[in-house]
Amino acid sequence: MSNALLSARGLVLRFGRIAALDGVDLDIWPGEVVAIVGESGSGKTTLLRALSGLVRPEAGSVTYAGQDVLAMGEAARRDLMRREWGFVHQNPRDGLRMGVSAGGNIGERLMAVGARHYGNIRAEATAWLQRVEIDPDRLDALPRTFSGGMQQRLQIARTLVTRPRLVFMDEPTGGLDVSVQARLLDLIRALVAELGLAVLIVTHDIAAARLLAHRIVVMRHGRVVEEGLTDRVLDDPQHPYTQLLVASVLAA
Amino acid sequence: MSFALRAEGLGKSFTLHLQGGITLPVLHGIDLSVAPGECVALAGPSGAGKSTLMRCLYGNYGAGSGRILLRHDDAVVDLAAADARLVRAVRRDTLGYVSQFLRVIPRVPAVEIVAEPLTARGIAREEALARAGALLARLNLPERLHRLPPATFSGGEQQRVNLARGFAPGYPVLLLDEPTASLDAANREVVIALIAEAKARGTAIIGIFHDVEVRDRVADRLFEVAPLAEVA
Amino acid sequence: MTRDPGYNFAYLDESTKRMIRRAILKGVAIPGHQVPFGAREMPLPYGWGTGGIQVTAAVIGPADVLKVIDQGADDTTNAVSIRAFFRRVAGVATTERTAEATVIQTRHRIPERALTENQILVYQVPMPEPLFRLEARIAETKRMHALADYGLMHVKLYEDIARHGHIATSYNYPVMVNGRYLMSPSPIPAFDNPKMDRMPALQLFGAGREKRIYAVPPYTSVRSLDFEDHPFRPIRAPHACTLCGARDSYLDEVLTDDRGGRIFVCSDTDHCAERQASREAAE
Repeated sequence: MSNALLSARGLVLRFGRIAALDGVDLDIWPGEVVAIVGESGSGKTTLLRALSGLVRPEAGSVTYAGQDVLAMGEAARRDLMRREWGFVHQNPRDGLRMGVSAGGNIGERLMAVGARHYGNIRAEATAWLQRVEIDPDRLDALPRTFSGGMQQRLQIARTLVTRPRLVFMDEPTGGLDVSVQARLLDLIRALVAELGLAVLIVTHDIAAARLLAHRIVVMRHGRVVEEGLTDRVLDDPQHPYTQLLVASVLAA
Repeated sequence: MSFALRAEGLGKSFTLHLQGGITLPVLHGIDLSVAPGECVALAGPSGAGKSTLMRCLYGNYGAGSGRILLRHDDAVVDLAAADARLVRAVRRDTLGYVSQFLRVIPRVPAVEIVAEPLTARGIAREEALARAGALLARLNLPERLHRLPPATFSGGEQQRVNLARGFAPGYPVLLLDEPTASLDAANREVVIALIAEAKARGTAIIGIFHDVEVRDRVADRLFEVAPLAEVA
Repeated sequence: MTRDPGYNFAYLDESTKRMIRRAILKGVAIPGHQVPFGAREMPLPYGWGTGGIQVTAAVIGPADVLKVIDQGADDTTNAVSIRAFFRRVAGVATTERTAEATVIQTRHRIPERALTENQILVYQVPMPEPLFRLEARIAETKRMHALADYGLMHVKLYEDIARHGHIATSYNYPVMVNGRYLMSPSPIPAFDNPKMDRMPALQLFGAGREKRIYAVPPYTSVRSLDFEDHPFRPIRAPHACTLCGARDSYLDEVLTDDRGGRIFVCSDTDHCAERQASREAAE
């Protein structure tokens, strides 16, 4: 068995009397897409934030490629964030610089890891715009002139340009129209397969989870209540909560 | 005797928590062994659990009891106890499944859907697309449809995309759920030929065939799936 | 040149000067790093050089000769007032000659004449944080400095080139000091940036309103940020000085009438006067 890329053990985090994380274990292997599903307040986003080092759990451990993420210094964690990890926010405004052109947004991560050739940065940014199906003529346009779906695709380009190994996605299709969602999901699916990324995606969209994820983790009240192969969890759910969740969606 | 797939004491029941926790037993004590190159047809009245058995064998339903042994990667693995990653590896390299209905992925052209399991096994994209295209052509899917997403295809066209996707990789074990249900006579012949060729290559096949003529031409033996008594 | 006995030497009390010197020493020890200091109220408005004056007051001694320039000129109100201030509160000699000065306080220029080890250049700084237009959160800019996380500054330069075809920043052009800290050179023209690199004189920067001091010790590397394919270029108006004929100095454009007439003259008045004098002597 190869080693997991990211492993969490016994994560605990409380907000007052509410346990956002109540003893969560999780592993993700290279190239694996894992969806975390559950209702609002089930601890999904908190788990994502704890795994990516954005919040510190009260107890438990997070290991990435053999390194103790929680013991890491800020500098090392940021370096990891720039080179090895990516984070796609639900609201593209949280992941983009709205006052910086599309090219500058994509180029920022390249420049942060040392790219200093304007022409190359621009060529790379152009190529990525095409990959996420944005007209390269928009390279110098500001993201605020983009539609919501385009902004989200730009955020994905900006995140993937440095070829991270692990990408955290928090409801990436959350604020979008249904028609736009389908296109974005398909784009994510294709890029993830092409680049062999490991992805941890938080979603309450069961259909999105079925389309994208190899494995599903069902969370409720800060605990993992069920976990396994995507089609098995959705077609043969065992836990009462998972059955409720699956029964609540139209045929996915 | 050597086997490609063997179920031992396989049982499956469903507990419906949303209906007061009632438990529906469907399969009990299934023993089924299929040898390489052999085709076994599941028989039994509808509602007997044939499809449930197929889904258990594919790992789509978790087995309630028993073992599902498969030869995978020079070892025997128990699919009933395998974790998600091992099931994925088995499905990539060893175990194929042609369901009745194609799960359409938005915007992905038919030929890419067929080529995908090939590239997943490391076959170069060009070769994978060529093989996918050839198989779709053999199943009489017009060339102009190859580059279109199958969402708007007829049931028969979608079924042929599904069949091509299942047959293209040459899995050692193949599960077929009503593979000819919505096909015309000509395409039924193509599927029968594909099954024969797969068997000749040593593929073990388990199928549900409502079309008795097809069943009799491809199956080496029948395996009876009997409905469980309601009292069980 | 008699000092007004009503004030302590150089206006500030001794413990305040010690506090500022400690900040300066720390700044020298960590070139380019912004050191907070307890800036005092000074008898002039913010924006007129309160930071520079406090730094000058902390380093000046009775034997020093002070020069003050504003945009290169010795004869503007601000420069004249600050010289008068120090004559009164410190009794020091003042000069308009760059070569004669031991302490030069400046707003927005570096003298054309190369400075020496015996001189200190004190910059008046309105905004010490080079990242402030890019990142509004001060805590975040501090973290970026601490981690040398400066990709964002390059984003700004990238945007310049994308919009204007070249790096359009013509003053306050960001520099890397000693290969570690990103630093604002204060609003000097980018033309002056190369003078900062390995300068023999000590360079001190004081920001009164923002309460920051930073420093570049003598002979320290100061590199203007750029791209490999868009290297930094010091830019000056492509003319000769109308008064002294200099083709290598930084020029101010001066309107001479209201019909569009204009001339270009050296912004460094001492440099220009010196060249005119030597030309006349040669004739």
